[in-house]
Amino acid sequence: MLKNKFFALTCPRIDYDVLPMVLPKPEKISPTKYITLFHDKNGNQSSATGSQVGDKVKTGQKLALYKDDPAYVIASASGTISSISPYSGDFGKNYAAVTIEIDSDEVFDDQFKTQAAEPNLATALENLSFIPGSPPLSTLSDTEREIKTIVICGVDSDLLLGTQQYIVKSRFEEVSRGIEILKKISGIEQIYLITAGETVQTYGHIGARVKSIDTRYPSALPQLIMKNILGEVVPAGKTCEDLGVCFFSSEAVASIGSAYTSDQVPVTKSLTLITKDGNQRIIETKIGTPIKDILETYGVSINEEDRIIFGGPMTGSTVYSLEHPIQPDTDGLVVLDRSNAAYTSEYPCINCGDCVRACPANIQINLLVRFLEAGQYEAAAESYDLLSCIDCGLCSFVCVSKIPIYQYIKLAKYELDRAKAAEETNA
Amino acid sequence: MLEQKKLIVSHAPFWHNGNRVTERSYHTILAALPAVLAGFYFFGIPAVAVVCLSVATAILWELAINWLTKRSIAIGDGNAAVIGLLFGMLVPATMPWWAVLTGTFIAVVIGKQIFGGIGSNAFNPVALAIAIMMVSWKHLFDFDGMLLNYDFAFATAYPISAAKNFGALGIEKFDLWNLLMGKQIGGIGATFGLGLILGGIYLILRGFIRWEISLTFLAGVYCSAFLFNLIDPVRFVSPAFHLLTGYTLIGAFFLATEDSSSPVNTIPMLIYGATGGIMTVLIRNIGAYVDGVILAILVINMIQPLLDKIKPKALGKVV
Repeated sequence: MLKNKFFALTCPRIDYDVLPMVLPKPEKISPTKYITLFHDKNGNQSSATGSQVGDKVKTGQKLALYKDDPAYVIASASGTISSISPYSGDFGKNYAAVTIEIDSDEVFDDQFKTQAAEPNLATALENLSFIPGSPPLSTLSDTEREIKTIVICGVDSDLLLGTQQYIVKSRFEEVSRGIEILKKISGIEQIYLITAGETVQTYGHIGARVKSIDTRYPSALPQLIMKNILGEVVPAGKTCEDLGVCFFSSEAVASIGSAYTSDQVPVTKSLTLITKDGNQRIIETKIGTPIKDILETYGVSINEEDRIIFGGPMTGSTVYSLEHPIQPDTDGLVVLDRSNAAYTSEYPCINCGDCVRACPANIQINLLVRFLEAGQYEAAAESYDLLSCIDCGLCSFVCVSKIPIYQYIKLAKYELDRAKAAEETNA
Repeated sequence: MLEQKKLIVSHAPFWHNGNRVTERSYHTILAALPAVLAGFYFFGIPAVAVVCLSVATAILWELAINWLTKRSIAIGDGNAAVIGLLFGMLVPATMPWWAVLTGTFIAVVIGKQIFGGIGSNAFNPVALAIAIMMVSWKHLFDFDGMLLNYDFAFATAYPISAAKNFGALGIEKFDLWNLLMGKQIGGIGATFGLGLILGGIYLILRGFIRWEISLTFLAGVYCSAFLFNLIDPVRFVSPAFHLLTGYTLIGAFFLATEDSSSPVNTIPMLIYGATGGIMTVLIRNIGAYVDGVILAILVINMIQPLLDKIKPKALGKVV
């Protein structure tokens, strides 16, 4: 855990890790017995009408459970579907968890091959939404919002992680090919590649405008990239997509590139593993691998009350089970010993102002938090800039009273969204 | 799955920089210690008794309120101890026990707990208590009278009162070096200027108080006193004298900077401090009271919510 320096006249400065020039070798880990895939569940489909328990699947095969629903998953291993069960994720998201028992010999699906020759957005959307990096292809095809710019993040938005940086450096050709294909299928010419403090010359022929950002956290968050690189400030309550800017991770672009180069749907996810001792490793594993397979490989012992974080230490989310699988957008896996994890308290705000000084969005958090504690979310959004928040978590990080400010903010936004959705359906 | 370990699921962030309220309180006490120890040296055992009683009763009042309101016991955060210590530092060494008891009651119960406890008080609890005591028992804060029986090796007159009554003529017997080294009469912990300055610098460097407030407070005192001195050097004493006497230094570093009653944005902090300094000199030079620091701090506490309306525009704020 980061501690404040002895002298604390100014705000704490936290920097992103920049990967060394000599890249670490990725370590490959294979799932042992089974993989689990989270299939998006929209609406109230009760029973699966597509793939069934007992079906044989091939690696790279598209599995759609429900008719009339565009959601699908890509089997990342060959085997038999052993169970399909409901799973509730964070913020009320519903999934169907598809478990596949792995067969000893791997068979690759060649469905995509027929479509790969002629890249277009419709086939990409139908085949490549569940690939490593989870490219937001549905945003590109959304007719209501016209996307004019694509920003490819070659840096991870959270601390400690090096996945995106690693991809840009090690899979340069695939990223380059991916950019080419993105341009072709979307017709968007304005593409930016964001890197961490490196010289622009390195990436001269990649086909995108290369911009480098400050290594100070949280400059890699989308809203700050918009402000500092594109010179556009996202209005409070709007998203980057509303302004016509779509964010891709570099891994998503590399995956698109590799899909059209090899005619295979990619299923191997790169991620950063941070073990309890703080060691950073880049590993490659199949989407759907349960985390216990990864932890066992490195002999990481898990004790009661430890935390396992998907994502980074500032904005990630914890999971409660070692069975939890790696998802297409899991860039980091952090194992935090219970003695190193931060605890929150019920202590009141003492108005010290540390959060106000740390906030990159200039929100008066000392006042905002009092409204959030009282559950007055609408007043918070109207008068105290709740919707300007860019979700960096620095307020909770510096809070002397250890108030879970970031949690309050997330809850408030979620509740406001829910109220808005309910209003729209009742109108 | 033979053995399922229970993991903790919590919300991000999973790191914390380790700052705690307790740490702030104890470092404030640490920073105040040089001045308090100098007070013990100059005023002797009675000063020790007053400070000890003040700290102890402040903690007991807090504990009593915690019990009465059925809240969790909050004396561990050290805030009550800081209030007690600062109250003890502001009063004369011969303060009677009942007055100390009443003073800490006003500070902790009326100044802080009635508003809802730490972080909710609109006024600095210590400044509020001293102000009420000053109005109620005027003679207790007449330092010349209270310290009459002491036999000091230095000028035995309350400098700020001498300056008020006799102007520049009245302060000829004081030299600035002696004032800085604590060779003056006054509150137990308010006389040793060097100690207060060192403590204040320590707190500023560690980030426990804001330099914006302390420095503009002192600048406000200096500049306005300088102007008064320019107009009538006989009636109004020099600005340096104002800085080193009365409650100026303890006010700038320990009272005006209190978290709850001070602003959080930069420009408001600058205005807040400067206003406090100017008000201090106005009250001292043309007001009815001998020392204006306490009342000036209450005034700036009062305008703090208004000042904090001067805030930077939030990211993406429309209108």
